[in-house]
Amino acid sequence: MEETKKFIVPIGPQHPALKEPGHFEFSVEGEIVTGVSIRLGYVHRGIEKGAENRSWVQSLYLFERVCGICSHVHATAFALGVEKLCNVSAPPRAQAIRTLVGELERIHSHMLWLGVAAHEGGFDTLFMYSWRDRETVMDLLEMLCGNRVNYSINLLGGVKFDIDHAQRDAILRGVDFLEERSHHYLKICTTDRTFLGRTRGVGTMTREQADEFGMVGPTGRASGNKRDVRIDAPYASYAEFPVKLVTAEAGDLMARFDVRIRELFESFRLIRLILDNLPQSELTARVPRRVPAGEVVSRVEAPRGELFYYIKSNGSDQPERVKVRTPSLCNWGSVTQTAVGSKLADMPMILSGIDPCFSCNDRLVNIQRGDNSQVWTWEDLRRYGIEYYR
Amino acid sequence: METSLPTPWQQALDKLRDWARINSPWAIHYNSGSCNGCDIEILATLTPRYDIERFGIKLQGSPRHADVLICTGPVTRQSRDRLLRIYEQMPDPKFVVAVGSCGISGGAFRGCYNIVGDISAVIPVNVYIPGCPPRPEAIIYGVVQLLETLKKPVA
Repeated sequence: MEETKKFIVPIGPQHPALKEPGHFEFSVEGEIVTGVSIRLGYVHRGIEKGAENRSWVQSLYLFERVCGICSHVHATAFALGVEKLCNVSAPPRAQAIRTLVGELERIHSHMLWLGVAAHEGGFDTLFMYSWRDRETVMDLLEMLCGNRVNYSINLLGGVKFDIDHAQRDAILRGVDFLEERSHHYLKICTTDRTFLGRTRGVGTMTREQADEFGMVGPTGRASGNKRDVRIDAPYASYAEFPVKLVTAEAGDLMARFDVRIRELFESFRLIRLILDNLPQSELTARVPRRVPAGEVVSRVEAPRGELFYYIKSNGSDQPERVKVRTPSLCNWGSVTQTAVGSKLADMPMILSGIDPCFSCNDRLVNIQRGDNSQVWTWEDLRRYGIEYYR
Repeated sequence: METSLPTPWQQALDKLRDWARINSPWAIHYNSGSCNGCDIEILATLTPRYDIERFGIKLQGSPRHADVLICTGPVTRQSRDRLLRIYEQMPDPKFVVAVGSCGISGGAFRGCYNIVGDISAVIPVNVYIPGCPPRPEAIIYGVVQLLETLKKPVA
């Protein structure tokens, strides 16, 4: 009698595949994965609580460091929310520059993901090529704001930097180059046989499953989910410069590659459009130091999907509560679904297929049993943290 | 550990080991709670524009094969044990490079409730690379500085 044995393969938190810590346990039968357990929280730093001890301006810089890859959208979401609370709106030129940098960031994030996902698939040549080309957009971001990552281009009430003619020409040149390269990548990802072998029909999510698991962003759009905050609820200057929705129907990894690369073309088009029609105005509007009491919800479309900020002010110079809902955590549920029944060798591709970003999603979840609802103070949390990991 | 007078054979072997270590240090990367910014810059140092492999430096997965631990971010309470475990698994002699402002002082996250502190609060650090995040050039410079100190004979 043949005995089937169940193994558990632990991966992480330190592992060569992903650069961030996350712990996975795959139970396997032979080569087929039968169960997944994910342990997150290695980079939980307590940012939401930290913001309550910092002023509004300091919090802006703190939220920018929720995630280094999509730092600009975090700051944009926070700044837009605070501006709404203050009944101030940033001048049109500032909004256009925010949108422009947001799209440049999307290009950088998608190219980064293209490289990392190709690396997980064992296609290191594409990794090196896409990261080489990504340096072009990094140069542009550095030229605009002086830093390659964490641009801190946002202020409460506007932006810090203007775009002059020389910078405009440089951006257009860079975008031309990147567009040409992106055509090449689209061709590779949709025609290369070895690549298709790793992506076509792997990790498929149907439209129903995607809705059920609440998938957001390009991962959801690859399953035919027609949602994009830039279109559904335009913020900054997406109302003046509309984007077209990019979707695919297949829902497998190849569709996700397809959607993300085609989103690049949309970003290139938008950047050219904004640069040609950059409105003339001031760069900042005045925002009071004490934000009027109230609460606001601010939504933006991060490269990974919908980013949601809930901001509550009690009229002081510090936020009373900020809640961040990042796209990565929404998409993790889909991994537990698609992984079951897949081969173990496909797991790195499936994991990277949702473009996971651990620094975004490691948040404290307090499950309340019964109705013992309570508000945790700073000291309570500190003591709880120290006790928990003692 | 048994100690004996250095024989010529032993001296030659030590020299060879030092030579090999300086010319091709293997590095392991661990994110102990950073925002990702430093990690993507470390990854960028591997790619064609910066190409850290021309110094013989190779990023690889296992702590047991590593000479240098490149560590980013403040240390969170959850990753503290893991950081210590990785450090203890590395064979001697081992060196630690702390990348980014958070690794030096806690940076923007200083004082957050789930932060133990900077990296030197947990493990000894040899080289600090400042910046939020440091440029890839700065990371390469920092690692090369570390290699320079290895060239000097130990006093």
